[in-house]
Amino acid sequence: MTGNIIQKQTKNIKNKNIKNIMIVGVGGQGTLLASRILGNALLAYGYDVRVSEVHGMSQRGGSVVTYVKYGEKVYSPVICRGEADIILAFEQLEAARWLSHLKKGGILITNTQRINPMPVVTGAAEYPGDITDKIKAKGISLIAADAQSLALSAGSEKTANVVLIGVMTKYLGVDDITVEKTIRELVPARFLDVNMKAYELGRNISAGSVK
Amino acid sequence: MKKIMLGNEAVARGLYEAGCRLVSSYPGTPSTEITEYAALYPEIYAEWAVNEKVALEVALGASVAGGRAFSCMKHVGLNVAADPLFISSYTGINGGLVIGVADDPGMHSSQNEQDSRHYAEAAKLPMIEPSDSAECLEFTKEAFELSELFNTPVILRLNTRVSHSQSVVETAERKETELKKYIKDPSKWVMIPANARPRHQVVEKRICDISDYAENCVFNKTEIHECTSIGIITAGPSYNYAREVFGDTVSYLKIGMVYPLPINTIREFASRFERVIVIEELDDIIESFCRQAGLTVEGKNLLPITGEFSQELLAEKILGKAADYDSFEEPVPPRPPVLCPGCPHRGVFYVFKKLKLYVSGDIGCYTLGAAPPLAAIDTTFCMGASVSALHGYNKILPENTKKSVAVIGDSTFMHSGITGLANIVYNKGISTVVVLDNRITGMTGHQENPCSGHTLKGESTAEIMPENIAYALGVKKERVVTVDPADLAEVEAALRRELEQDEPSVIVARRPCALLKYVKREAPYAVDREKCRSCRACMSIGCPCISITNGKAEINQSSCAGCALCMQLCRFDAIIGGNTQ
Ligand SMILES: Cc1ncc(C[n+]2csc(CCOP(=O)(O)OP(=O)(O)O)c2C)c(N)n1
Repeated sequence: MTGNIIQKQTKNIKNKNIKNIMIVGVGGQGTLLASRILGNALLAYGYDVRVSEVHGMSQRGGSVVTYVKYGEKVYSPVICRGEADIILAFEQLEAARWLSHLKKGGILITNTQRINPMPVVTGAAEYPGDITDKIKAKGISLIAADAQSLALSAGSEKTANVVLIGVMTKYLGVDDITVEKTIRELVPARFLDVNMKAYELGRNISAGSVK
Repeated sequence: MKKIMLGNEAVARGLYEAGCRLVSSYPGTPSTEITEYAALYPEIYAEWAVNEKVALEVALGASVAGGRAFSCMKHVGLNVAADPLFISSYTGINGGLVIGVADDPGMHSSQNEQDSRHYAEAAKLPMIEPSDSAECLEFTKEAFELSELFNTPVILRLNTRVSHSQSVVETAERKETELKKYIKDPSKWVMIPANARPRHQVVEKRICDISDYAENCVFNKTEIHECTSIGIITAGPSYNYAREVFGDTVSYLKIGMVYPLPINTIREFASRFERVIVIEELDDIIESFCRQAGLTVEGKNLLPITGEFSQELLAEKILGKAADYDSFEEPVPPRPPVLCPGCPHRGVFYVFKKLKLYVSGDIGCYTLGAAPPLAAIDTTFCMGASVSALHGYNKILPENTKKSVAVIGDSTFMHSGITGLANIVYNKGISTVVVLDNRITGMTGHQENPCSGHTLKGESTAEIMPENIAYALGVKKERVVTVDPADLAEVEAALRRELEQDEPSVIVARRPCALLKYVKREAPYAVDREKCRSCRACMSIGCPCISITNGKAEINQSSCAGCALCMQLCRFDAIIGGNTQ
């Protein structure tokens, strides 16, 4: 009468093997789609994957965060402070907000876009200046990209999320073919061309265009 | 086939594979997508009910008819559905009946943090709790088996992290189930005292039988790792956090059936370890059960009753390990959600504030009218309470009747505002009720409702007008007015007039949600910098598109929806463009 006992040999699953990626931004920026593209690409690559997203306020301009975790076996779907290998920020203030979640030695990739939150709009708070410089000054590896301009040159400002995915894939160590394939699967056919272009632009961002 | 699926999508898949025939629910984060995904299967009849009580009663009726049925809701929805919940425990089922309830520890999008497990205990119903998408699928299917095995409704408890995380599932084919024949049996289905007394005995015996079953059920899993001195008893998402922190250095008893708890399994597990820790979010239900059984366990002495758990929290509270991280040194301004550009609710709150009204608020997107700079809401309790609580307020402070309104959305009015309005009319109230009719359930992400003219399955249907309901309840015809919330002068005039009346009034502010696909986006407005005097009048509506740049107002051209509210507020004709061009 003891339930189902699963006697596991101690396999020593190394939590070290789990990679943690956080995608943060502002409701409406397309962080959810970005995390789904990434999650599916990683699954296709053969990893166990968990993606966590909090819905509800996502359309109303609030701060939005999604977690993508992959490895041999992932349990917790969330990423805590000091745990993210990569943070992909769709907006500068959100990069600053979630910096605490970056692992020591992790990489922060941020869009240079700036979106004022309501307390800044009303004058109740100030948008901190020189966010990227201040983060770099702490010795953190930071890559800043102007995803809006790249998305515009791809053909639509709405593809900034895919540009950023492109920038990030270089740091994932994952075969990019699978990412392209998932973009094809998840993006409606009529927007496919601009999205693929946006992805390429992000991917080919040269060290020179990185601020 | 292997896929990654949202927990909620996996529950819907489980419904499909289990041969479920009917789903009736009311939306509520984080449960909403279950019903939306279920509606995509042609084999399942799925609908949005007007509220959770109705939803569960519909599902119960379907079970009586012999079909497998499901109803789901967020945690507070179960309060609304509590009446049929308790009675369905007495009647039992015919076709399998599963009730989904999604808790929200940490209150990502809820007004409280109640622990639904108390309902299982109170209604004496089995409750199962998955911890990832694969279990969402498997447990949903098993729940129907359990329901039919013991002739009981089964509660499937979910949680924000489980509902809204994607993990790997393996799907299978649908297994059709035979309709169970309905046999007239008043002793089972007619709950009058004479029948309910013997049914109560059935309930008590049934829960004892299920307790025995719990000892060997597929839901509970013991995971023993060699040479471990700590045993962890856990359930739901907490298992994942514990697994990440402790790995194979401890052993686990993962409880998948959180009510009734398996006493012998727990005893046997606990006896193997020097230290036993119960890790459960919210209340100390498993822990108290262990204590009552005379076991020495730890739990809430280490971990909080409030909020959501995480691996960081467990590492800190149990291992004393603090997280190591850098942070941005300056204050980072918060980014609260705001009413969207073009939201039809915005102007109404502006007028409430201008008229300095006491605003009895409700739950929906319009609750954001409580945030600065609009800051126009005095109270928010639960769905429907705006109307009924205003009546009470006005009975105590009759002199304030001319300075107070209730504000409620269309979905919420249909959910539980109608009864409050009947109460006002019947009890000689003179309150003014404003219905913000944006033709959709906005807050939870655009679900159809009786005002929207479409069903969940996308068919067109009768469109119920709040005005007609008000007439039918006895509000005088001339006291029911419809206004366009985009016209501030019209809204203000209607409010001033109706607040003066010594009888109940209903003002319906009708304009579809700006995010609806069929709503055409208007041309954006812009600021003529020459004319702008920096008076900031346009800033008073809390529009995310307007900011002050170099001393003058500026409107973001890519986000402005052309609603024209700011244009109406500018006394210097500095706001130009939009439809006026
Ligand atoms: C009892 C209960 N059920 C469900 C919810 C989730 N919920 C919050 S607001 C809301 C409906 C809002 O729709 P509506 O009244 O039309 O206003 P809108 O958001 O469109 O402005 C729902 C379903 C809840 N908070 N309480």
